[in-house]
Amino acid sequence: MMAARTRSPLSQEMIVAAIAALLFAAFFLTQPVFRTTDNLLSLLQNVSILGILGLGMALSIIGRGIDLSIVTVMAMSSAWVLQLANSGMPLWVALLAGLLLSIAVGLVNGVLIAFLEVPAIFATLAVATLNYGVVRTALLDDNLVYLKADVPAWFHAIGGGSLFGIPNPVLLFALVCLLLHLFLRYDISGRFLYAMGENPAAARITGIANRPLTLLQYAICSVIGFGAGMILASTIGSVETRIARSTMVYDVILVAVIGGIGLSGGKGGVRNVIIGTALIGVLLNGMTILNTPYTVQNIIKSVILMLAIVADSILNPRDEQTSQQGDI
Amino acid sequence: MRKVLTTVLAGFLTAAPALAEKPDDGLVFESAEALKGKTVAYLPIAMGFDLTEAWVTGLKQDAATWGYELTIRDPNWSVDAGAQAFAQLIQEQPDVIVVHPPEIQAYARLIQQAERAGIAVVVMSLKASTNADYFIGPDWYDMAVEQTRSAIEMCGKSKGGSGKIAVMQGVLTNPTSQYGIQAIEATVAESGGDIEIVSNQAADWDASKAHAIATTVLQANPDLCGYIGMWDNMDVGIAAAIREAGKQDKVKLISSGGGNRDSACANIENGNFATYISYDAASQARDLMMVVRGLLQNPPEEPGAHPVALYTPLRAIDKATMHPGSCWSLDTLQAYGP
Repeated sequence: MMAARTRSPLSQEMIVAAIAALLFAAFFLTQPVFRTTDNLLSLLQNVSILGILGLGMALSIIGRGIDLSIVTVMAMSSAWVLQLANSGMPLWVALLAGLLLSIAVGLVNGVLIAFLEVPAIFATLAVATLNYGVVRTALLDDNLVYLKADVPAWFHAIGGGSLFGIPNPVLLFALVCLLLHLFLRYDISGRFLYAMGENPAAARITGIANRPLTLLQYAICSVIGFGAGMILASTIGSVETRIARSTMVYDVILVAVIGGIGLSGGKGGVRNVIIGTALIGVLLNGMTILNTPYTVQNIIKSVILMLAIVADSILNPRDEQTSQQGDI
Repeated sequence: MRKVLTTVLAGFLTAAPALAEKPDDGLVFESAEALKGKTVAYLPIAMGFDLTEAWVTGLKQDAATWGYELTIRDPNWSVDAGAQAFAQLIQEQPDVIVVHPPEIQAYARLIQQAERAGIAVVVMSLKASTNADYFIGPDWYDMAVEQTRSAIEMCGKSKGGSGKIAVMQGVLTNPTSQYGIQAIEATVAESGGDIEIVSNQAADWDASKAHAIATTVLQANPDLCGYIGMWDNMDVGIAAAIREAGKQDKVKLISSGGGNRDSACANIENGNFATYISYDAASQARDLMMVVRGLLQNPPEEPGAHPVALYTPLRAIDKATMHPGSCWSLDTLQAYGP
């Protein structure tokens, strides 16, 4: 699937992987703190939420869409779960309510895109705002929701605990990677998703039910967002819904796209997200250890990301053959 | 005789209601009259979090009692939307505008513009580069000095600590960070090597970012002794990282904020925060209420010409000094007023 775009033997995925590996080696050799097992685990832990969201985003992009509402779903449904739990509702009922809310948002996205044929970028942007507004005014008392209820210990263990010394968010990221990989590679719907992303019209002619598939795609995206939200909420014990209005969704898109998932759809997989996430993780961790000032961190981050993109466009120039409709 | 009686009785009856009337002490009616029908606008960074909700309770109460109109604009953390709302408010010509600027520079020109338009301006909590008629809020420099002194007390080498502390800033263009970091660095320098800053990062007031940074900082500095945070709502992220690292006894988190029970006292009780410097937002709500009353009764002839600073008294809270009145809760504040 990558073949259509690859002209140089180096794909964008490989370029980014190489940059991540170089950075990793540089930090590994120069910073004794960096190479400790604990630090490498915390490196993974710190990007696991971003990685999980990146997986959801990848799924939407592979099916020739995009889900700009994923961060809103993460913040709003998890905030609602905490508020319900605070009001005395059993935790599992609250979790179920949050899950259903997130699925509902995903289905609204799907209906707008599949049946009303609104472009995904506009549909999910509108739904993101709508989701934030409706949940904030109708369901939440505050922007910032603390978990005040006495909840079972397993809840805190979701984000705060560890198994065999590995922080649970890392294990959960790995689990979502595995599940999504199985879905994309071995499930019929997953295979059809690539077909739909590559060429929706051809997919339809060959008998793939594009519309139900789109519904499924956005519902899964939302559920992934909800899962990420619950990990975050159980780690910190609170949800700040302001995150829904932040620029985090761009970071999420970046993680997917920088790893080599083409915005035109039908390309890439779980591995690309892992590579994108690894690059961001190594960068952030290394710069924090070096105590790089915040503003300088932003500059370095953007320069490295730009380098990756420039390197790709030099090594794999676009032309009439390789570019396709929908390329950004 | 009968006619006289009737007249007296009638006079008594008509006079009777006057007995229940408030005596005019020369101020009571005048002040009420001065508040009635005026308009006050409130433009916070965002509604829906402890500080801004607390401040507005006093204004809401007064608006209902004294019959002034209260307009609330909620830009929801957007600097652009806030500036737009401010410009719009200047057009609407209220008597007083209460602003809570997101950054030091963001509203500088708008405050001047409002003043030129004859509108009195009150700046809440976050100092702007332009002075308004009133500033109500903490002296951020002093607050960070107190935090750092507390860190020296707990972590200084002379006190048997490792002398290593980390700092988590919020948004860098915000006065809390801008004045705070200067105070921390100056106080650390003053300590003459008793403590040093091993990490100085910023997390944009976001608890999840603070969590990620603190996790790495704790790894990189195994003998870290203290962490200075700049806002409770963000600092819970640092607390979670310390807890996960199993270092609650070793790393002291020194936080600050408006003293809301859920964010402040609850976190001291459960050991998340070692020390907390509170600028008691409930008292600030009361200060704001009174300042607005004053401005409505005695509008400045030339708004902004004589800026007044009402720095909020700071209150250090730890397990030893915490008492039932240390914190406030929004429910109680909204139900019973500031």
